[in-house]
Amino acid sequence: MQIPHTTTARPETGLVNAKLGIWLFLASEVMLFGALFSSYILLRVGAPVWPHGAEHLNVPLATLNTIVLITSSVTMVMSWASLMMKNFDRYKLFMGLTILLGLVFLFVKGFEYGGKFSHGLFPRESTFFAIYFTLTGLHGLHVLGGIIVNSYFWGSGSKMWKTEPERFTNRVEVAGLYWHFVDLIWIFLFPTIYLL
Amino acid sequence: MEHVVTSEHAAHGIAHTEELSFWRKYVFALDHKVIGIQYLFTSLIFLLFGFTLMMIMRWQLAYPLEQVPIIGKLLGEANAPEGIMVPEFYNQLGAMHGTIMVFLGIVPLAVGAFGNFVLPLQIGAPDMAFPKLNMMSYWSYFLGGVTMLSSFFVPGGAANSGWTSYPPLSDIATFGQTMWLFGMVFLITSSLLGSINFIVTTIQLRAKGLTFMRLPFFVWAQLVTSFLLLLAFPPLEGAAVLQLMDRLAGTSFFLPSGLVVAGQPLSVSGGGSPLLWQHLFWFLAHPEVYVLILPAMGIVAEIIANNTRKPLWGYKSMVYALIFLGFMSFLVWAHHMFMTGMGTVISTFFQATTMIISIPSVVILSALLVSLWGGSIRFTTPMLFALAFLPMFGIGGLTGLPLGLAPTDIHLHDTYYVIGHFHYVVAPGTILALFAGIYYWFPKVTGRRMNDVLGKIHFWGTLVCMNLIFMPMFIQGLAGVSRRLYDGGQQYAHAQGVLHWNVVMSMAAWALFLFQIPFIINFFMSIRKGKRVSENPWQATTLEWAAAPSPPPHGNFLTTPEVYRGPYEYSVPGHEKDFTPQNEPDKV
Repeated sequence: MQIPHTTTARPETGLVNAKLGIWLFLASEVMLFGALFSSYILLRVGAPVWPHGAEHLNVPLATLNTIVLITSSVTMVMSWASLMMKNFDRYKLFMGLTILLGLVFLFVKGFEYGGKFSHGLFPRESTFFAIYFTLTGLHGLHVLGGIIVNSYFWGSGSKMWKTEPERFTNRVEVAGLYWHFVDLIWIFLFPTIYLL
Repeated sequence: MEHVVTSEHAAHGIAHTEELSFWRKYVFALDHKVIGIQYLFTSLIFLLFGFTLMMIMRWQLAYPLEQVPIIGKLLGEANAPEGIMVPEFYNQLGAMHGTIMVFLGIVPLAVGAFGNFVLPLQIGAPDMAFPKLNMMSYWSYFLGGVTMLSSFFVPGGAANSGWTSYPPLSDIATFGQTMWLFGMVFLITSSLLGSINFIVTTIQLRAKGLTFMRLPFFVWAQLVTSFLLLLAFPPLEGAAVLQLMDRLAGTSFFLPSGLVVAGQPLSVSGGGSPLLWQHLFWFLAHPEVYVLILPAMGIVAEIIANNTRKPLWGYKSMVYALIFLGFMSFLVWAHHMFMTGMGTVISTFFQATTMIISIPSVVILSALLVSLWGGSIRFTTPMLFALAFLPMFGIGGLTGLPLGLAPTDIHLHDTYYVIGHFHYVVAPGTILALFAGIYYWFPKVTGRRMNDVLGKIHFWGTLVCMNLIFMPMFIQGLAGVSRRLYDGGQQYAHAQGVLHWNVVMSMAAWALFLFQIPFIINFFMSIRKGKRVSENPWQATTLEWAAAPSPPPHGNFLTTPEVYRGPYEYSVPGHEKDFTPQNEPDKV
């Protein structure tokens, strides 16, 4: 039994199943982070005083992380483009770079958390730190999830290239959409928490 | 006639599935029909369990501080010393009854079971778009259920802050609340995976010729429901994360400054907002109400069209009403919060949107009612349940209007009136429709029919008992009896005149249980011994009956169906039969 439209797009929608699926998933993610950003606004508006992010958080490190994550989005696109051009070795290279940059992001993030913990700053410190740790932590989990998926497509999952190259290319594209979304969340998080 | 399939073909189709091992076929199954049946059994067990919790509570309400008979000694020394339940245990039962009925009983039955089994068949698809996600969705639901059930056995027992888990109470509650939050995260993941699957399947896998305006109303209902699940559940997931942080990491998202617990100031940073939880919770939970009711409307629409032998009246208006209703359900949540002091301007806004959302519900219900007009009605068991749904949901809906208007809500808020209102929507409303669906699609799942006599006993008993349970709640509520009293209101002077109803309601609840026994017997007997039927015993027009064998084999259809017409072409003038299936080509 074959499920229709796993590799060929349905003419009316112009989409394969997985691509529609990931867009729907991202819509739900928008609602998740939308709710958390709204909570942030509500708590901040209700607070008598609110600390300025830049005075408590490490802006240079976060800037570095922003650059790392944006670069990883570029390499993610390059890996997909390589598959489109039937160049599997280049795909391996760029996908590997994407995973590596994701790990760098998490490492820097962990270093930043470590700095806070060593100064005795934990989520229970204040609502500001609670928001900071919760939102960046949840985002970090999303990065970790992306790394796991990408690693699968870099490693054993890439065997599919030999049997069903078109389907594998679609899979990498779908993983890419998720990766860009995670990147986008950070681009909202960075100014909201660190700069405002 | 191509669509008639011989039983040899059907047998061949079943034989085809036997290549799979037991585990692959029945446990970690990928076939949407098996997953649907897994959902059916699990959710029915949870419904019975949730109902049992309520039957125990009803003892305490009718006969406060008396020993619970029969099972009193089994409840545990901590929960019910000498068989008399303590208030903490009563609270656990209340919170878990709500949680189990909504998240583990009705939604998985309405969406997981019926949606999974029927939707791909009705749109002519071989399976769901993502069979593995479908399996993960079921097992995530199962884990959520296990987490919820096991929370009864941790120190302090299960969650006891109500099914709404309002902070600050829930933030400082016993460990059961943490289990509740983890359970919810599993359930949210399950419905997220499920809803993506349903939407993609409906959009991508429709058979050739099955345009959107030819979709059976049931499919439309499932589609809109899936969008609600997809977009409304994530905010609750966000809220659950924040509450977990409050409970595990000591943050104060929902804890205001200066909170005093048991005479001691709480040592937290403070600065949080209990109201924030209510906004996030009801942003989910109001669309959730429509998640509970829309699939029921879909089931009832199918059965009414089939048993009146005529097309649904106003099919297109019903579809547009459904879409509008889905959209509006995101804009009414704060009508649950009129009493929180959020301000009259906001109350006015939500009062207006609440009145607006009642319009599409009335459109759908009226269309279903008018559909009966002039039909040659077949009073089959599923039809009886579907017919009863109309006035029951009507009562539930109309009694909601005084709750949606802020001035009247001030009197009625948190009284038994509220309980009566939403139970009329969900119990005699949705649950009757779900029973209708079970009787209606049973022949498709098993190839056999359920017994009609037992079905009618089940129907009349259930209908009468449910009304005896929920109608007196309006009386108690109008008298001002609070919904959250451990003794049912004995200590309050204003409740004395209506207290005697507690005994009536409790008796009716236990009688309701007795009337479910014919159903349980009927269900299991009919699987083995029910009357064998052809693939289309109801002479229906939609694809699951007209194009697939009963039970459908792996892959559903022996030939890929093609659709030539709308879903409800019954009694078309000039045709020799009174039904024209969707896959029957026009005569040239």
